[in-house]
Amino acid sequence: MARYLLTRAWQSAVTLLLSTIVVFVGVRALPGDPALALAGEDRSPEALAAIRQHYGLDQPLPVQFAQYVERMAQGDFGVSIRTGTPVSSMLTTALPVTVELSVLAILIAAALGVGAGVLAAVRRGRPAEWLANGLALIGLSVPHFWLGLLAILYLSVATGLFPASGFVPILEDPVDNLHHIVLPAVILGTGLAAIIMRQTRSAMLDSLSSDYVRTAKAKGLRPRAVITRHALRNSLIVVVTVVGLQLGGLISGAVVTEQIFGLPGFGKMTIDAVFQRDYPVIQAVVLLTAAAYIVINLLVDLLYSVIDPRIRVTGEPA
Amino acid sequence: MTTASAPVLEIRDLSVSFPTETGTVSAVDGVSLDLAPGEIVGMVGESGCGKSVTAMSIAGLLPGSARVTGSVRLDGTQLIGARESALRRVRGREIAYIFQEPMTSLNPVLTVGRQIGEVLQVHERMSRRAARARAVELLTLVGIPSAALRVDSYPHQLSGGMRQRVMIAMAVACGPKVLVADEPTTALDVTVQAGILQVLRDLRDQLGTSVLIITHDLGVIADIADRVVVMYAGRVVERAPVDDLFANPRHRYTAGLLSASPQPGRHAGTDRLTEIPGLVPVLASQPDACTFADRCPAADQQCREAAPPLEGIGGTDHVAACWHPCTTAPTAPTAAQEANR
Repeated sequence: MARYLLTRAWQSAVTLLLSTIVVFVGVRALPGDPALALAGEDRSPEALAAIRQHYGLDQPLPVQFAQYVERMAQGDFGVSIRTGTPVSSMLTTALPVTVELSVLAILIAAALGVGAGVLAAVRRGRPAEWLANGLALIGLSVPHFWLGLLAILYLSVATGLFPASGFVPILEDPVDNLHHIVLPAVILGTGLAAIIMRQTRSAMLDSLSSDYVRTAKAKGLRPRAVITRHALRNSLIVVVTVVGLQLGGLISGAVVTEQIFGLPGFGKMTIDAVFQRDYPVIQAVVLLTAAAYIVINLLVDLLYSVIDPRIRVTGEPA
Repeated sequence: MTTASAPVLEIRDLSVSFPTETGTVSAVDGVSLDLAPGEIVGMVGESGCGKSVTAMSIAGLLPGSARVTGSVRLDGTQLIGARESALRRVRGREIAYIFQEPMTSLNPVLTVGRQIGEVLQVHERMSRRAARARAVELLTLVGIPSAALRVDSYPHQLSGGMRQRVMIAMAVACGPKVLVADEPTTALDVTVQAGILQVLRDLRDQLGTSVLIITHDLGVIADIADRVVVMYAGRVVERAPVDDLFANPRHRYTAGLLSASPQPGRHAGTDRLTEIPGLVPVLASQPDACTFADRCPAADQQCREAAPPLEGIGGTDHVAACWHPCTTAPTAPTAAQEANR
């Protein structure tokens, strides 16, 4: 186990370094010049040169990269070219928003998706399955930005049940925080629930027709025990895989939802940074997203071996 | 072993059919069978002859779409049409099952101790700890060495023979009256087979459990069964004490089965195994005719116009449904030869 974690840590470090290089080069390959974006009215060569010098943009790329990695290793993500605030403080405000939104959305999605998936499999060919399948189809095909707009229109603007936008940190006022985040989380979660439901349903259909479920029935177990302990336990690998992938996607990709609900999260920060060629911010965001993916993947792999004893973690590289 | 005591399991006129997309398929037609306490009855026939469907219908384990008629009585209690909750109390406690594939029949993500303990927890209201302790005893009973360690193993950590012993331990956990073993040795090596059959015999001797063993392997039948029921296309075609059946098969199908099975003294090149031409028919409905007629060398007009009744020939213990039963034993192996091969 320790050896496995060590191997994985080593692999993760390599992955992180590679993604850092790709982003560093990629960002600079984009058309556009941050000095121009910052200079505003005064576009004299002197002013531009001063800006470039100030942010180290006049250095050769390898030197810039070396400096960047060195600072990053010390926890210094640099200063935003656009706002002048340290990137690390931008992250500490944006990250909790996105993490809270993502975790809440994935919990809602998993509860809805697994529940509906199990129901659809158990009640195969009956109205409950048609209903679950129909709802899943809607959840998959309706874009959630549109759902979000509808929700704002009817649940916020018309009735005032929920705030239309904004965010309150959880430490400031937990109730108000939940009030602000629950609507976007539900909107985000329903789309994901549809995918979880489809996957859970097909995995459950497999397990329910398996020999060990027949054995469980022959033992005289209650349907509940047969479904949860025997069939669902064996379907969880699929569920965990889907949820893991989705959670990774959410950390970087709740962009649209954050934008619609005016949540000051990662997504909003990324969009602003890309438009302004704010190199340090983009780099930090991508690096953090990559790190999140790596950690989530590791957790998923570790969970596999908890769920299914046939899967053993070893020190061998995969 | 033929006992005069009342049968523990009494199947009368059991019929099962399934609706399919292409129409109804009749899987079992009018099967009757008694199982005396402590008796081992073998049920034999080709794939698709209705053996497993008969077995599954005993404790109501067929899918909901199956149409089951007739009567299955366990110690006088009717099981066909019984409430699901009543059947649940019977399953695992009074009628237990062993299935063919010990790998897939055990849950891969639960320890064997947990899977055995589960039966005890639900039927005997045992605590998890007590059930685990009892599971160790049961594993010892079915001949698993160092059971105290094995109880925490997962199925994939055990060999095929060990897994089947675990299945048996699970099945006998509550001391059932009837054990239904559906092809319990088919997926196993011959050497392992013998061990499993010995365990079943020992359990019958120690616990007095009646066993219905379903197989297509005549060697297994000869080895373990007291009586044999031969099934063909959903019907019982012959029923006899095991020695009688091997020495003196009456039904043409039984005779065909026996001569299709290898035996000592017949060698390749000098004697060929005789196969029965054709396949078991899939029947939409059961015709009033002998269903074996199309594959039978002795079939005539009578066979195609009326179903032969299951009648005693000679002794009452030996019945066959055939208009033209074999009169003398063909070149069939004796039960003793079968068991020894």
